[in-house]
Amino acid sequence: MSIFEYNGSALVAMVGKNCFAIASDRRLGVQLQTVATDFQRIFKIHDKLFVGLSGLATDAQTLYQRLVFRHKLYQLREERDMKPETFASLVSAILYEKRFGPYFCQPVIAGLGDEDKPFICTMDSIGAKELAKDFVVAGTASESLYGACESMFKPDMEPEELFETISQALLSSVDRDCLSGWGGHVYVVTPTEVTERILKGRMD
Amino acid sequence: MECVFGMVGKEFALVVADSSAVHSILVHKSNEDKIMLLDSHKLMGASGEPGDRAQFTEYVQKNVALYHFRNGIPLTTAAAANFTRGELATALRKEAEKKEKGQNEMEPNPYSVNIVLAGYDKGIGPSLYYIDYIATLHKVDKAAFGYGSYFSLAMMDRHYRKDMSVEEAIELVDKCIIEIRSRLVVAPPNFVIKIVDKDGAREYAWRESVKDALSVA
Repeated sequence: MSIFEYNGSALVAMVGKNCFAIASDRRLGVQLQTVATDFQRIFKIHDKLFVGLSGLATDAQTLYQRLVFRHKLYQLREERDMKPETFASLVSAILYEKRFGPYFCQPVIAGLGDEDKPFICTMDSIGAKELAKDFVVAGTASESLYGACESMFKPDMEPEELFETISQALLSSVDRDCLSGWGGHVYVVTPTEVTERILKGRMD
Repeated sequence: MECVFGMVGKEFALVVADSSAVHSILVHKSNEDKIMLLDSHKLMGASGEPGDRAQFTEYVQKNVALYHFRNGIPLTTAAAANFTRGELATALRKEAEKKEKGQNEMEPNPYSVNIVLAGYDKGIGPSLYYIDYIATLHKVDKAAFGYGSYFSLAMMDRHYRKDMSVEEAIELVDKCIIEIRSRLVVAPPNFVIKIVDKDGAREYAWRESVKDALSVA
C-alpha cells in the first residue's frame, strides 16, 4: 500500500461568489483499521486563510506546526497576515526543501486575497503548485472528488449554495472510498464570517 | 503479540498492557511491566520493539521530571503527549550512523514504539492520547495497539460509554481481555491494569492466567 494511503484522507476546496469553502473527511485510520472519527485535517492560519493537509497524518501534523511557526514569524516581522498567494509559495518552498526525503502530504490552500478575492490551490508532495479557478481536491478519494466536483460545480455560488454543493461532492466521493469518510468537516469563509459545520454521512 | 489499550472514564483514565517479554518463540518472562509512570499523574503504556520501548519511555519519563525540576510545575498531559510526538517525529527522519562497522553511512533510526498516554490534570480532568510509532498524535476516548486491538477496539466500540465508573470500565477491560485470550492465536496470558485519577497514577490490578514459576523446591 502506498504511504499516501496509510491514514486515508479526503479534501476539497471550492470558490464561490466572494467566498470559498474547504471541506475534509474525519477519519483517521491505520490502513484497514479506523482509529478515530474526529480527526482534524483543516487548519486556520488566519481569519482569511485555511490550509488542509491530506496524506500521512504524522507529516500533516509536523508540516502544520512548521507552517504556523513560519506564519507567526511573518506576522511579527511584517505586522500583517500573509496573503494566500504568498502562503502557497511558502508551502511550496518548504515541501521542495525536502525534495529527496519528502513530507508525504498534499496540501490544499484556500484563502481570501486582496479585495477579498477567493484563492485556492493545491500542490503535490514536493511543492508543485496547481492553481485553479473553480475547485481543487486531494487525498485518497481525489479521483471521485474530481468527478463529483466537475459535475456539481457552478461559478459564482452564494455561501449557502456553495456549502450544499461542496458537502454533497465530499459525501458522495468518500462513500466510494473505504479509507476516508466517517462524516465531514466544512468551513465556509466570507469576508465577514467563518462558518464551521460538521456533516453526518455514512459512518463506515 | 503485544497488546496495549486504554480508555477514559468518569474522572479517571486507565491503560492495560500485556506482560509477556518475548524473543522470537521464547517467552522470557510473563510479568513484564510495560506501563510506565511518567509522573504522579501520567501513565505511558508502550508496545513495540523491547529495547526501544524501555529506552524511549524512560527517556520521556526523565525529560518530564527535568521539566518539573527546572520549572517547578509539572507538564500537563497534552504537553507531555506533544513532547513525546516531537521526539518520535524528529527521530523518524533524523539520520544516525549505520550499525555496520567500518561504514560511515547514515540512515534514519526511528523508534518502533506505539504509545497510549493517559493522564489526569486538575481543572481539565482525564485524557488519553494515541501516539503511533510514526508520530501520529490524536486525543481519544479509547485507544488500542497491536493484534489485540482488533478485538479490544471492537469490544470497546460496542460497550464503551462516556463517563463510566471504575467498576464499569474494569468490567469492559475484562471483556476485552477475555476476547483477546480466546480469539488471538498467540495470546498473551497475563495483563496489567493501571489507573490514573485525581489521586494519582497507580497499578490497579493484574490479570494472570499463568504465574511465573518460582524456584523449584
